[in-house]
Amino acid sequence: MSGIPHDHYEPKTNGEKWLNSRLPIVGLLYDTLMIPTPKNLNWMWIWGIVLTFCLALQIVTGIVLVMHYTPHVDLAFASVEHIMRNVNGGYMLRYLHMNGASLFFVAVYIHIFRGLFYGSYKAPREVTWIIGMLIYLMMMGTAFMGYVLPWGQMSFWGATVITGLFGAIPFVGEAIQTWLLGGPAVDNATLNRFFSLHYLLPFIIAGLVIVHIWAFHTTGNNNPTGVEVRRTSKAEAEKDTLPFWPYFVIKDLFALAVILVVFWAIVGFMPNYLGHPDNYIEANPLVTPAHIVPEWYFLPFYAILRAFTSEVWVVQFASFITGGIIDAKFFGVLAMFGAILAMALAPWLDTSTVRSGKYRPMFKWWFYLLVIDFFALMWLGAMPAEEPYATFSLIASAYWFAYFFVILPILGVIEKPDAQPETIEEDFNAHYGKADADATPAE
Amino acid sequence: MFKKLAIGAAFAIALAPAAVSAAGGGEQHIEDFDFSFEGPFGAYDQNQLQRGLQIYTEVCAACHGLKYVPLRDLTALGYSEEEVIAYAAGSFEVFDPELDDFRPARPTDHFPANDAVGAPDLSLMAKARAGFHGPYGLGINQLVKGMGGAEYIASLLDGYTGKEKEEAGTILYENTAFPGGWISMGPPLSDEQVEFADGHENTVEAMSQDVAAFLMWAAEPKMMDRKASGFVGVLFLTIMSVLLYLVNKRLWAPVKGKKSV
Repeated sequence: MSGIPHDHYEPKTNGEKWLNSRLPIVGLLYDTLMIPTPKNLNWMWIWGIVLTFCLALQIVTGIVLVMHYTPHVDLAFASVEHIMRNVNGGYMLRYLHMNGASLFFVAVYIHIFRGLFYGSYKAPREVTWIIGMLIYLMMMGTAFMGYVLPWGQMSFWGATVITGLFGAIPFVGEAIQTWLLGGPAVDNATLNRFFSLHYLLPFIIAGLVIVHIWAFHTTGNNNPTGVEVRRTSKAEAEKDTLPFWPYFVIKDLFALAVILVVFWAIVGFMPNYLGHPDNYIEANPLVTPAHIVPEWYFLPFYAILRAFTSEVWVVQFASFITGGIIDAKFFGVLAMFGAILAMALAPWLDTSTVRSGKYRPMFKWWFYLLVIDFFALMWLGAMPAEEPYATFSLIASAYWFAYFFVILPILGVIEKPDAQPETIEEDFNAHYGKADADATPAE
Repeated sequence: MFKKLAIGAAFAIALAPAAVSAAGGGEQHIEDFDFSFEGPFGAYDQNQLQRGLQIYTEVCAACHGLKYVPLRDLTALGYSEEEVIAYAAGSFEVFDPELDDFRPARPTDHFPANDAVGAPDLSLMAKARAGFHGPYGLGINQLVKGMGGAEYIASLLDGYTGKEKEEAGTILYENTAFPGGWISMGPPLSDEQVEFADGHENTVEAMSQDVAAFLMWAAEPKMMDRKASGFVGVLFLTIMSVLLYLVNKRLWAPVKGKKSV
């Protein structure tokens, strides 16, 4: 196995040898759990465990909810009320699942921005990053389809608006939309296929998560300094790293427990805060809600979608040179997916040889601005499509693209990075003082 | 710095922009009534729920239904099973497909649906409306005051100004809580309309709050159980966090060059 040199599993007893020569599963688990992990990881490195927990939580609560849910336009809404009122503990299961989606997205956004700041996407971790982006896309699809299942007003109209985006694709759009919906409009066929896919996708996500972990176990974790673990010998690697078990398992579990205190308080005391009141009204194709707003985790990209109206010169220009094939609606759709694609392309757009933002004096400020921009977009996505929000949305969207396509490439050329520590050990000791010569890490 | 920024920000994302959208109708006025069930320690006031049920039965049920609420759940309001049987039989007739006819309701039935005049079902009304928004669509009011569905209902029932107008053959009544200011439901309550057995106050304002509390119960009958789960979970997870903190501290002490404990 490539990567950081470390001890591998040696079967000792005859039984272990017997199993190991037939299925080396214990060795696989050992290598996974004992992977040498940079010892200077900070608290931004705990979100991976939180995400894994979220996936498990959603699958477990989801499987039980399915036992009581009925995917039919006449029965879905009532079956959710049945869960809330008659199923033992059903109200907790449903609120956990509902708010679990929000925790999932809080965690994934912090995880992504962690990667963007510390340069986790840079060589040799591009594949980990791309798989992560695929997981994020699948999460969005799963969450969107899950939100349709309770068959409330926002479910129905959200589904109508979002599937309508595919209708904006030139020439084939309408056919694709009909194919996705299983008919000319959101109806029973739509609900059924969304239910089926909402059950399927989490397992595909679980598979991708394994590949994601496999990829970064091959390259080793990034760390706050961005400096690679020394790997010329096992002794040297051990100065920079600690085994994942028990050091990081316990640390991550502690962080997870603290996060779950907050999560549980939200579920117990204010479970509808993150939802939308309109979704407690059964879907009605004849009544359009006053404002159709997606869930909070889609708002930044929803804002980008709406920012590019036909009054914007870029849109007019695109429309002109394509002879009207790209209209404002399609441009908005392209912009929304482009905003996510921009993140996925970060490994090739960032020209800086320095990995961690800690040692990049100019980059830091542009990055903080990107974080602010993200929150601004989130707020704007919830505002009505009118002035002054439209102009703000356009500016905020423009910055999102500028960050990836202009600022990242240029910064690498013009920026003079600060001095980086030689080794992870040096960085760690600068924080904590040198470890006692005789104190050996607990086994 | 990034770490603190990001952790703080993360929860801000999670908490800020919720329920922004039901805003609009700028001139709406929602009174921030104090309901007994608000906040983590709040609990339903059974006497108030019973009064609310009486108002619902005598007034609201004429036009509105409560189709998702099982009658048997009324034991949660402090009634005995016999009282629920008597209430169901005495208050509602339901259609029984086996008899192909109407019969007096039993506790195994739900409150009947009612769309005789096209009035909305009230089962989930207290969760389907939000009382508080803003400022600037950030939803901070709801973080402090709760979603405000019950406040909205009480404000609406108590929000008639007495003005009327006719529009396309329908009479509309001016209401300070209704989005847009004009509602097609006439003022349903008047002072002393409902007589309570214990002689409790029966002004429009008092009754509005009683029936709003009852509808909150109808929409979220498991609220007390949920808050209890909330407390147990938060307590357990807090203890768990402290224990894991101590384990983690001890585990890392030798690595960080501190004297091991």
